[in-house]
Amino acid sequence: MLQGVGGVALAGTAVNTTSLLSALAADKTIIGFVYEGPRQDLGFNSSLSRAAKIISDSVGAKLIEQENVPATLAADKVIKGMIELDQANVVFATSFGYWESILRLAPSYPNVLFGHMGALWKPGDPKNALGYRGYLEEPHYLAGIIAARLSKTKKIGFVGAKPLYFIYNNCNALLLGARSIDPNMQCNAIITGDWNNPVKEAEAVNSLIDRGCDVIMLNADSCKVGVEVAERRGVMSCGYHYDLSSLAPKGFLTGAEWRWEKGGEFVKAWLNKQPFPNMLRGGFKENMVAMSPYGPLVTENIRAEVEKVKQGIIADTTRIYTGPLKDNKGNEMVAAGKSISNEDNAFKMSVKSFVEGVIG
Amino acid sequence: MQEAGDLGWWGVAIAVIGGAFRVSTPYIFVSLGEVITEKSGRVNLGLEGILVMGAMSAFAVAVMTGSPWLGVLAAGIAGALLGAVHAAISNLPRVNDIAVGIALFIFGIGLAFFLGKPFTPVAGPILPHISLGAWSAFPQVRNALEINALFILGLVVAGLVYWGLKNTRWGLMLRVCGDSSDAALAMGLNVNYVRTVATMVGGFLAGIGGSFLSLYYPGGWNEGLSSGQGLMAIALVIFARWNPIYCVYASLLFGAATALGPALQTAGINENYYLYGAAPYFLTLALLIYSSSPDRLLAGAPAEVSISK
Amino acid sequence: MVTAIRSHFHSVAEAVLVSFGALAVTLIIFSAFVWLHGANPLEVLYALYQGGFATRTSLENTLTQAAPLMLTALCTAIPARAGLLVIGGEGALVIGALATVLIGVLLEGWPFLPGVIVMSLAGAVAGGLWIAAAGGLRQYRGVNETISTLLLNYIAIAVMNHLIDGPIRDFSRTLKTSSWSIPDSLRVGSLPGLDVHWGLVVGAVCCLVLWFVMRKTTFGFAVDVLGGNARAAQLAGFRINRLVLACCFIGGAGAGLAGAFEIMAVHGFANESLVVRLGYIGILVAFLARHNPLAIIGVAILLGAITASGGLLQRRFGLPDATTLVLQGILFMSVLASNAAYGRMSFLEMIRPAAVPEPVKSKEA
Repeated sequence: MLQGVGGVALAGTAVNTTSLLSALAADKTIIGFVYEGPRQDLGFNSSLSRAAKIISDSVGAKLIEQENVPATLAADKVIKGMIELDQANVVFATSFGYWESILRLAPSYPNVLFGHMGALWKPGDPKNALGYRGYLEEPHYLAGIIAARLSKTKKIGFVGAKPLYFIYNNCNALLLGARSIDPNMQCNAIITGDWNNPVKEAEAVNSLIDRGCDVIMLNADSCKVGVEVAERRGVMSCGYHYDLSSLAPKGFLTGAEWRWEKGGEFVKAWLNKQPFPNMLRGGFKENMVAMSPYGPLVTENIRAEVEKVKQGIIADTTRIYTGPLKDNKGNEMVAAGKSISNEDNAFKMSVKSFVEGVIG
Repeated sequence: MQEAGDLGWWGVAIAVIGGAFRVSTPYIFVSLGEVITEKSGRVNLGLEGILVMGAMSAFAVAVMTGSPWLGVLAAGIAGALLGAVHAAISNLPRVNDIAVGIALFIFGIGLAFFLGKPFTPVAGPILPHISLGAWSAFPQVRNALEINALFILGLVVAGLVYWGLKNTRWGLMLRVCGDSSDAALAMGLNVNYVRTVATMVGGFLAGIGGSFLSLYYPGGWNEGLSSGQGLMAIALVIFARWNPIYCVYASLLFGAATALGPALQTAGINENYYLYGAAPYFLTLALLIYSSSPDRLLAGAPAEVSISK
Repeated sequence: MVTAIRSHFHSVAEAVLVSFGALAVTLIIFSAFVWLHGANPLEVLYALYQGGFATRTSLENTLTQAAPLMLTALCTAIPARAGLLVIGGEGALVIGALATVLIGVLLEGWPFLPGVIVMSLAGAVAGGLWIAAAGGLRQYRGVNETISTLLLNYIAIAVMNHLIDGPIRDFSRTLKTSSWSIPDSLRVGSLPGLDVHWGLVVGAVCCLVLWFVMRKTTFGFAVDVLGGNARAAQLAGFRINRLVLACCFIGGAGAGLAGAFEIMAVHGFANESLVVRLGYIGILVAFLARHNPLAIIGVAILLGAITASGGLLQRRFGLPDATTLVLQGILFMSVLASNAAYGRMSFLEMIRPAAVPEPVKSKEA
């Protein structure tokens, strides 16, 4: 492919030394994936690694992966190494913190496509960079419906890693989904402060169960601990990022999963020199998010109900944020009679608080 | 499932007490191990590496054999081997044992991450627990009093170490080597031999402390499993003044501190969670500043240990 | 005079021999390790070389990784010369970075050079005071500096997380909690013609200057006496407390400056990406360099190369990323064990000092 050759030519000095893979370079697409954590974490990185295989298979590319790369200049160097030493012509830099690296590198490598999972691209940024990200709050909303149908204590427990807009949106959607069924539903939320701290996460889940929560959902790098601790204590749980149904055969309800394989479409377009979006956000409608397989407690009736609401979300007739809505400090979020379109990314990114009914 | 029960501030208290039981076990084992090592006159700053290696080995062996107790044993053996490496290098002349500890910290973590890759996405068996809370009507209390077998073993070991240090020949040998290697030589003791055994025993216990993380709470193998429990144990030993019984109290206190942040958040207090999380570090530093003196050793400190000089 | 030259030659030759011996032992153990894991050791070693030095990209990667390590290593090395074991580089780096941000946001509109100097000073002074506090606690309260700096690491990270979570948070950074940013006009760029930031030059210059100070000044002499024998230093009338505080301050300033460059040249703002074990690897660098600031430059580059080549090991051999940690651990332990070899190479006595080629003197390490 032309891009590959261009990349090598541009690299210049890199070709001087014998690269073990140089023979592969000229005629094959090579896709690099860079992860900030271990790619078998049953969480964010697993969801990416799963998609990496699907994407590279879909275009017949060779996949190279590197994990545990800190979001510092180390990431720049890893990406550069993939391009210059391994002749990668597409690089997915998956962690939020890698966007700066992409901004630094993309202008120097116009023949390489840079993908990022944060949807931070804005006009003026390099054309060979793109960001995409699913509206994970949509499956959270559906999980909330299931939780409301099955919860006996009418309390959901939510654990978030950091006070960030998408964590707020996920928790809000979870409770708003539940309240669409039963307005008395409540949610206790805990922010642990760490993306990966299993002991703290387990403590948070235990605290929530002690508070009477009987459905647990955890938003961190991996939600394995949340699902496992909940199962051990005999309460229900929902997964996050990745399919965790096998970890809790009794209490698992469903989960909110990414569908990063959407990126394959951009790679195809890029290789065929066709247009592709530099920035894409989407939910069920664009096939960028999905629900995990239902657990045994979720009855056929509930499944049918959830499917109906999902169609409503796709049609934008069922909206997550519908007024009148206050945050949990009493400030108005959405006025009465107003509602926020599910596609309104600007509103969602402006959310800085939990909705009314969330304690925490 | 579970009946609704909102116990208000009692709920916070119960969560903290339960958390103390749940979180303290690794601290108990690692700090007891370090007490034994330091009583012999050595510091092993590599316990974090041993703890992580212990967690990984325990999980790997438990998954492969199906027996969590074999996993615990494997963790102990892995820990003792790493302890032997520490001792072997520290026995050489002109080698600083703290530096060896830092090297072992890096090596142990590296080895565990290296060998543990295939076990990250696997679910494994867990250790049994004993329910002491059947008398209570509240599920929260019942859960808080689900005591893991390793916790009880830790209490037994603490008692044994406390008794053994005072009343056995081995305890005396350890203390002599730790307080004055000259006196130990005069008594005809092989100081390096005693310290090697003490470091290996310390490693054995630290490895078991790691096994608790992967085989009970939170369970599973993950590169972020330990958040520095092994490093903290070094401070904890000073906090407990080299007394095995105080180690148990201090471990419970550190465990409770971990549980405090989440418990307060369920009660609606959600500010400053990072500072709550760092409470054990602030506390230990404050205690050190309060109780240290440039003119004398800390009470209970072995004189030969470099960190008490 | 002749004896002086001879002993100097011998100590240099001994250090070189012992260090290379330790390196050789490390590579043998490491080769066995990867061989057991099913990789061809020769190919792996070649990839280490290739990923670390062979191409311009690799070399730039190596030097980029090495830059902060030169400075964080000073945090352990300089106090060590006075007989202290400080492991607080991680915390001092974070505190230095925070100070850089807090001062940096006030410098909107400043010209480049004064702005950068003020921020660097802020980082260095903050890091220096942080470690000097540990030195003070040791001298005046008898608190062990190893333990206090260990605790201060955790405290520094907690303080940073607390601040970037609220008090100094920039909410426009949506995906990661991050602090306010320093002005774009004060961001430090790359060296001319090389994709490595200026922190490399600053780090190397700091090491050179400190090497000179430690070798050629009375201060350096006094510190070495103190580190060799505190009693002798007392008898000689040195102001021990001042010396210890100064060494701690200098060391902490090194790590703080590393933090300043992480902000000015890498991130532009503070967030969790500052905590990537640079301080802990710095301890390793200091010990490998035997606390000699000049040797730190070389050792930091060596360790930078190990980290840099880790990527190739992952991508080409399917070796886990932790391979580099294993290699670092083995290297660290071999070097420590090699300390025992000093003074045991009597065969060196048979070599006549006349055979010393001139350049060796500049290589003393």
